[in-house]
Amino acid sequence: MTIMAASASREFQAGVLALAPLLVGVIPFGMIYGALALSQGLSPAAALAMSSILFAGSAQFLFCQLLGMGAPVTVMVAEVGLLNLRHALYSAAVAPRIAHLHRRWKLALAYLLTDEAYAVIARREAADDTGPYRHWFYLGAGLALWGGWQLSTAAGVVLGARLPADWPLDFALPLTFIAIVVPLIRNRTLLAVAAVSGIVALLAAGLPFKLGLLVAALAGMAVGWRLAGGVR
Amino acid sequence: MSIWLVMALCGAVTFLIRLSFIAAEGRIAFPSGFRRVLPFVPVAALTALVIPELLMPQGTLWLAWDNARLIAGLAAIVIAATTRSVLWTLVGGFVVLGVWLS
Repeated sequence: MTIMAASASREFQAGVLALAPLLVGVIPFGMIYGALALSQGLSPAAALAMSSILFAGSAQFLFCQLLGMGAPVTVMVAEVGLLNLRHALYSAAVAPRIAHLHRRWKLALAYLLTDEAYAVIARREAADDTGPYRHWFYLGAGLALWGGWQLSTAAGVVLGARLPADWPLDFALPLTFIAIVVPLIRNRTLLAVAAVSGIVALLAAGLPFKLGLLVAALAGMAVGWRLAGGVR
Repeated sequence: MSIWLVMALCGAVTFLIRLSFIAAEGRIAFPSGFRRVLPFVPVAALTALVIPELLMPQGTLWLAWDNARLIAGLAAIVIAATTRSVLWTLVGGFVVLGVWLS
């Protein structure tokens, strides 16, 4: 193996390994999604396909709920878009790091850009932002999550209806996000960002279309920007 | 409209959002402050997702000892801060949730 191929494969493996612990939370969530999708009238084929077409856990939940409520198509598309708007922030963070890559790479990494994959990428960049092959790390993390999501969705479609309905498996998602966020809060500025985002998320929870999520994230970022010096 | 078409539309919107800045990089100049905000993105976005799940599990504010999700979430925050492990945070969070609900 050439040195180049060895480095790329090492980065890829590191990405897979960095993401693997997150699958503990993703798998129950995917299974609940599979069961929920069937209960809201999606066919097994459509439920499975949605995990590849949308590949966004919380948006897939929202899609199923709206489908069950009989929401119009425009509302469904708009709500899914709004819920996923936070991914534009991840896109902005990753963009300069992959600007030199071929268009095929950009398309693939954009498709794989989820909360979990971005969290792993952000943690890596915080610890070590060097390495000419780190896009292979991104790919490894993204594909590990993709595979875990597809398999757990399939398991949910097969087994989901047989799981006891009162098991609070959906709690896996907030727990996973807690495990991601808490280690990222390394200083007072980041603590203030988290505090403001959390409080605004509560205050804005009544806004339609999950807009509160975006408002809260922007409020937290504005505070961070101000504390970091504002306009210089 | 076919459910498949609705899924395709939602998928296209999601993909374009994820592609947005990746595709625009190098073609559009962003203000300099923009880059300084980026380190705050994951903390801001994910905290906004988590906090209502703990404090408003049923849609309204529930600040009480019998809110099992709040207690389990606080335990998970402590575990995440001390162990920095996703696995232990999930295990600990679920154990506390199970104990509190029983």
